Amino acid sequence: MSRHTLSVLVEDKPGVLTRVSSLFARRAFNINSLAVGPTEVSGISRMTVVVDADGDLIEQVTKQLNKLINVIKIVELTSESSVQRDHILVKVRADAATRLQVTQAADLFRASVVDVSTDSVVIEATGTPEKLAALLSVLEPFGIREIVQSGTLAVGRGSRSMSDRALRSA
Amino acid sequence: MSKGSPISPSLMAAKSAGAPKAPEKVDRPADAVVDNAATLSPVLGPNNVVPPTVMTGSEAIVRSLEELGVDDIFGLPGGAILPTYDPLMASKMNHVLVRHEQGAGHAAQGYAMVTGRVGVCIATSGPGATNLVTAIMDAHMDSVPLVAITGQVSASVIGTDAFQEADIVGITMPITKHSFLVTDPNDIPHVMAEAFHLASTGRPGPVLVDIAKNAQQGTMTFSWPPKIDLPGYRPVVRGHNKQVREAARLIAAASKPVLYVGGGVVKAHASAELRELAELTGAPVVTTLMARGAFPDSHPQHVGMPGMHGTVSAVTALQQSDLLITLGARFDDRVTGVLSTFAPHAKIIHADIDPAEISKNRVADVPIVGSVKEIIPELSEAVRNAFEQSGTPDLDGWWAFLNNLRDTYPLGWTEPEDGLSAPQRVIERIGALTGPEGVYVAGVGQHQMWAAQFIKYERPHAWLNSGGAGTMGYAVPAAMGAKVGEPDRVVWAIDGDGCFQMTNQELATCAINNIPIKVAIINNSSLGMVRQWQTLFYEGRYSNTDLNTGHDTIRIPDFVKLAEAYGCAALRCERDEDIDATIQKALEINDRPVVIDFVVSPNSMVWPMVPSGVSNDQIQVARNMTPEWEEED
Repeated sequence: MSRHTLSVLVEDKPGVLTRVSSLFARRAFNINSLAVGPTEVSGISRMTVVVDADGDLIEQVTKQLNKLINVIKIVELTSESSVQRDHILVKVRADAATRLQVTQAADLFRASVVDVSTDSVVIEATGTPEKLAALLSVLEPFGIREIVQSGTLAVGRGSRSMSDRALRSA
Repeated sequence: MSKGSPISPSLMAAKSAGAPKAPEKVDRPADAVVDNAATLSPVLGPNNVVPPTVMTGSEAIVRSLEELGVDDIFGLPGGAILPTYDPLMASKMNHVLVRHEQGAGHAAQGYAMVTGRVGVCIATSGPGATNLVTAIMDAHMDSVPLVAITGQVSASVIGTDAFQEADIVGITMPITKHSFLVTDPNDIPHVMAEAFHLASTGRPGPVLVDIAKNAQQGTMTFSWPPKIDLPGYRPVVRGHNKQVREAARLIAAASKPVLYVGGGVVKAHASAELRELAELTGAPVVTTLMARGAFPDSHPQHVGMPGMHGTVSAVTALQQSDLLITLGARFDDRVTGVLSTFAPHAKIIHADIDPAEISKNRVADVPIVGSVKEIIPELSEAVRNAFEQSGTPDLDGWWAFLNNLRDTYPLGWTEPEDGLSAPQRVIERIGALTGPEGVYVAGVGQHQMWAAQFIKYERPHAWLNSGGAGTMGYAVPAAMGAKVGEPDRVVWAIDGDGCFQMTNQELATCAINNIPIKVAIINNSSLGMVRQWQTLFYEGRYSNTDLNTGHDTIRIPDFVKLAEAYGCAALRCERDEDIDATIQKALEINDRPVVIDFVVSPNSMVWPMVPSGVSNDQIQVARNMTPEWEEED
């Protein structure tokens, strides 16, 4: 089973996220992560769906997604041809004695401290899933109180725009 | 550097055969989209120009239906759809008031199946809408163009568990081609036009339009035709040229080709095109349960229906073939048996309008995405060229093999040992006495299989059944819809005693609205197909399959009395010698529906049969009797 990242342009209509996610559920496809948000074109949203599937199955996944009327376009982004990032917020135990060590660890990962209290800090970091996993393993000994992580976001390298091409001909 | 690989159905279908990149989904030329031929507009109907007119949402619904060319609607009103039923009363459209919303749904299906037009049904919110669910799912499985309009509670109370509120858009999401929730009356014209466009183009299917009561009651400005805005919907209609040529090359090289014909050929009205291709190639033709009639049964190249209850010749033709020319079929498990053992020596040409069907179950060697209406003539042309270059293949050996099977294992039945009538005979006689111009609508079970086997279909749209869904209770309401769509044809519902008891309330609709269908209840006093499996696989333990409607039972209900209570002519036939006379009598009654209670043996079984979970090679012509396979070549 290999991991595939699909960028999916969809109409920004009520229920479209349900249509996509329930399609995965009823066809027994596994979603690893799903992130959705607006694009530079009003009325069009973009989903980044990370799927675990082998070759035949990913073909069936994209064909079934394409059948959804609200789906405008699907592109598979490979790791070489795209930038892929996750975003994470971590609340770590940090008092006067350990705060400096925690913030130094964050610095090493180019993460930033976005909230401080007497006994904790919230660290914000962006990166590949591997980098974020490494950050977490460094922070772990201090005591992780909470983790919130986004789905993967991905965009193709270079100047071409997915929505540009989709909408010009639509 | 690559910017990622675009994935589109047409590209993916072409990829495995090494074809050049097909245009992306979004880059298809305009002619690739199914358009209304007369007007080049995606809006169905005559596209009358209606200048902006202020009206209520309800009036806009009715007006949209009229502008879309709708003549007949099946439905049942209730609170949330009440506003729409008021202007409907003044419309020239014919609304048939059903007795249960499921009946409206199946009637709309039957109507669509015989006419090729979009069937329309209407229900209210909540239970009215959920009663449509079975029919919507049935239409989804069998690709029937259907628009279901449901009332919804007012937008202001959606989500509050209001009286008769149900999230019908959510409930039907997996079983519709698409669905709409309308809360603004101004959206009504374009949503209605989009719903009809979606239902009737590409791979047809059911579309739900859920309209909140406030949108029906509010005022809006109606104009026609509306603009259709479906940027994600571009069905591919024309086949890829290179793929078509590759298919022709395989056909020219095959020595055991089979045309595996599915319901898509019926939906695409491509029977004439199919016949041309078949006669050009000389290949045997099998027609699936959904395709009965797409190719005439009387044609010498027709070798039967494939599948679990198919003929030995059809099943074996597929198993032994070296090339399946698959047209509008989907390698359903009832056709393939155990998939890994299906047609093991065959290369696969697969033409279908739905790219997701291609290589879903069986990997296609030559995938062709498009309408078979367009693909088949192109394929014929390419085959003609290929035959000119490489000669017409010699299929004599193949035909000798298949003809031998046809002669050795014809369809037939054995007389029941209990002395009661054979249900197969009843069905065979109905077909023989009515003829190929009739319409035959079956329920689900043994009688359905016998009706597929023993009635001779010579034309498409003459055979209706619930194929993919297997919905018991389909026959009576679907026959009603078919009769409304084709009032000049004799329409038979061939039903089981179990199926009939699920939807026979629509006899009232038929009697009151002068829809004189004929219902043949093949009354074997049991849930026959389940009973057959109990006989074969559960040591004859008949758990909950006895319905007590036949010989030597309490006969509840008495079908004759029931039919009479519904204002139908009612006949009963219990002996072989009365079969013909009873059918003749029914054929002579055309001023009201006719119901015949054919009391038959409960012990008759459907043969041949490929038991569930084994290869098609294990087909049995009778219990524990597998044909002797001669070693070929």
